[in-house]
This record gives sequence, structure tokens and C-alpha cells, in this order.
Amino acid sequence: MYDLIVIGAGPAGLAAALKANQLGLKKILIVERDNQLGGILNQCIHNGFGLHYFHQELTGPEFAYRLIEKLKDTDIETLTDTMVLDFDNNHNVTIINSSGCKILQTKAIILAMGCRERARGAIATAGTRNSGVFTAGTAQRYMNIDGYSVGKNVVILGSGDIGLIMARRMSLEGSKVLACVEINPYSAGLKRNIKQCLEDFNIPLYLSHTVTNIKGENGRVSEVTIAQVDEKYNPIESTSKTIKCDTLLLSIGLIPENELSKKAGIIIDKKTKGAIVYENMETSISGIFACGNVCHVHDLADNVVYEAELAAKSAVNYINNLYLSNDSIEVEYDNNLSYVLPQHIHKQITEKFVTLSFRVKKNFKNCKIEVKDEDGKVLTESKRDYLIPSEMAKIVLLTSLLNDVKGKIHVSIVEEIA
Amino acid sequence: MKQLVCIGCPKGCNLTVDEENDYAVSGNSCEVGARYGKEELTNPTRVITTTVRLKNSSYLHQLPVKSSKPISKSLMFQIMEYLKDVEVSVPIDMSEIIVENILDTSVDIVACREVKN
Repeated sequence: MYDLIVIGAGPAGLAAALKANQLGLKKILIVERDNQLGGILNQCIHNGFGLHYFHQELTGPEFAYRLIEKLKDTDIETLTDTMVLDFDNNHNVTIINSSGCKILQTKAIILAMGCRERARGAIATAGTRNSGVFTAGTAQRYMNIDGYSVGKNVVILGSGDIGLIMARRMSLEGSKVLACVEINPYSAGLKRNIKQCLEDFNIPLYLSHTVTNIKGENGRVSEVTIAQVDEKYNPIESTSKTIKCDTLLLSIGLIPENELSKKAGIIIDKKTKGAIVYENMETSISGIFACGNVCHVHDLADNVVYEAELAAKSAVNYINNLYLSNDSIEVEYDNNLSYVLPQHIHKQITEKFVTLSFRVKKNFKNCKIEVKDEDGKVLTESKRDYLIPSEMAKIVLLTSLLNDVKGKIHVSIVEEIA
Repeated sequence: MKQLVCIGCPKGCNLTVDEENDYAVSGNSCEVGARYGKEELTNPTRVITTTVRLKNSSYLHQLPVKSSKPISKSLMFQIMEYLKDVEVSVPIDMSEIIVENILDTSVDIVACREVKN
């Protein structure tokens, strides 16, 4: 019998296991399907990680190394090359690897499976089914882990951070990146990545544009058609132009990987595509916690680590029988926000603060976030110079402010304040 | 006056740099921005991250590496060209020097992970 099984050995899984160990849990197992620990950090060879958590700028592999090194001083067990096939609400975890299939029992589970990329099918782009269309992360793995060259003349659809990072990576490796095409009127990536990955290499960014057709010759992509879109995101045909290329990279978003969670009966939020969680990262099944990108897609590995540590702390409390009653406050939000996490807050909590994470749907300047009770009374507010969809934002609530709240709180954005 | 986005951290501050006043920076939230604003207009630098070929590892083909310090941006492609033919073998220690003083820049190329086998 394990105390804790952690599914996934990326930043979330490693940090959760380490924190649980530090808090005194004895029998901890991390299950990882890749052949090494570290998750996506292993292929993210660029720097920019760790500024918050380690107070130092690290590359992805260096960030992973710091966590993996700490693991060596613990009794935490790890299984690589091992898939979790199933887990259930009685905390039975079915695993399979080259030694066979086993059902393991555990007091608590932390879900840290991360996310995967949206692929061509998700956006139904017309055209032939040639080779040369990759998700940006797949291309990143081929280059940085396997050592393959991916393509020579490249168009990138979507301006998510992985796409931008790959624009720079391929440029440095001698490929020509001809265009980065973004359907929204704003970039989906961090501003610094627009600067250091596109502008440094004179790669044009086409905002409010999309790829409308992919053509192939002899089994390989030969050109793509791009066009401007109107405010309803419909392509404007008269603006169409073709770009000769052999590779199209897709950086069009990430989806938390929750097939196992759904099978176990965990309730999933339609917006985040991750489990609905309480403020302590507990899912709708008691004793099962979620953290990192499997819960909601983050911009920074550092934030994943903080969230994983919270999930670990909560799992340890659960194992030590510090149950929280399911009596909870619902978190609602206005139409300017694409989601708020957590979706519920336990009424009976001992933590002094609750942190709400959220994303906005469009750009805001000089705005204010308000958290109100059901009578419209403002519980807390916070001014921001700007809020943009590509950056997750947070607002911290003093738990004591929730004492008189009966059923729900409401999060909203107030625009253009003086 | 030049407008820049700071690349010092994911916050990405919008900087204004006054070239006529010793490259004084405003709009920054910390000293990283002040330094970056001046450097970007005088001698822009970047940390280079890439991979080199790794021989005889049981599970890895490429070793991630980086420049130990920021390097002049104009040297990026020359450094990539140099590293194209570099091959290393296991075992590799964390931060092990892969290329010392690359192109006489007094900057080393170092390993970003440990590979034991």
C-alpha cells in the first residue's frame, strides 16, 4: 500500500512528490511513461525557467535536473517506461510496463499528467495529407531529443510560446522561418518571445491571419495559403496569398490530458479542460488531487511547481485525516474571463489565503479585478496596468473575507479606470 | 527615444530608452531591465541554447548545452556553425565545459544536464 502515487514526472509530478516527502509521507511512487524523468522540460532546451522558484535563469533540462537531484536524497520510488492504464475512486492504480500489469493501492493520488498539443484535426484546415505538418512540440522533440532536422522552409501557424521558441530554434539551425500566422489580433505568446524569437530573426508575424489551405507535392508539403480573417474569424478570400514551404508547424494550443481522469469519473471543467478543483487542488473524487498543466494550462513551470506543492500539502492533510467538509463556495466569473481556478472553495479552510488563477479573453489596460459576494459587495479588488490572454493572472483573497459568504463569489474585470 | 520589450523575464516590461541621455531606461521594474535597455542598443547579447551530438548514450542522442554567459548577438550563427560538428560522449556531468572559450569570446559552452550512461 502506497501513501501517495503521483502520475507523471514532469515539473508538477516531481515537485508534488518532493513536497509530500518533505512533509513526512513515507511510501511515495512516481509513475512516468517516458524513458526518463523531467517531462516536457527535457526538450525545452531554451532558458527562461526558474526565475521565480530558483531565483536564477535556467534552461528546461537544468530546471528538471534540480528537481531530479533532490529526489536522489529521498526514498521516493520512480517507475519510468510505465503507463498508468486506469485509476478509480477507491484509489486503485493499474500500471503496465515491460514486467507486466499490476494494480497498486494508495491512500491518495496526485494527477500530474500535463497536457498535449492540439493538432491539425482540431482546426480542420483544408488541404492534402502530406508529411511536413507537425505540432510545434513534436518538432521540438524530434530536434532536441532525437537529433533530426525537421524542415528547411517553415511556416508556423499560431503564436503560442512553443511555436515562437521553435521559430528561433529552427532559424538558428539554419532553416528559414517564413512567417508566423496568428488568427487572433494579438499574440498568444509572451512578449519577450515575440522579441527574442521572431524580431531577432526578422520573422514576420501576421496577426488576424490564418492558414486556409495546405498543398503537397510528392508526399511533402509544398505550399500553404494564408489569408486575413474578419472579426468573426472568417477568412477574407481577396487577401489570400501562398507561401512556398516544406514544413508547417502548429502552435495552436494545449489540452490537459484527462482521459484517465474522465474514466475514473472526475468532473472536468469545460473551459479549462482540466478537473474541477477546490482551493486545495482536490478534484471531485476525494483523495485525488490535480496540479500543473493537467489541471489548467500554465505559462511558467515555476507556477506549476507552486501549484504542485499545494496539491502535495493537501494530499498529506488528507492522508492525515484532516478532511474538509464538502460544504463549499462556488466561484463564478464574468464574460471577460475565460476561466477562474479553483472552481470551488471549501468553507472550512485553515489556510490564511486563497489564490484565484484566471485568464482574460482579450487585452485590458489600466483595469481592476473585483471579487464580490452574492449581494454585490466587493470583498477585494486589485488594480493592474494590463491583463492579456497569454498571461495567467492571479488574485489573492484573505480567507477571513469569505466568512460571511453564503453560496458564491463572483470575479469580474472593471475596464479603463483612471 | 527607443521602445523595447525587456526579455529579462516573462513579465516583458515595455522599456523606453533615451539614447541621448546615456541610454537611460524607464518603464523597467528592476535592474535587469535597466541593463538590458542599454545593452540592447549598444551591444545586444543573448544566451545561446542548442544541442550537440551525443555518442554512446543508452537513451539520448542530443546533449542540451548553453553559453555560460550572454554572447554578442552578432556571433549567434557563427557559434551555431562551430557547434554543428561537435560530438561528445557519456559520461557528461552537469555544467561540464563542452567547448572552452568559444571563438575567443571568453565564454564557454556548457552541458545543461547530466548523462551518466
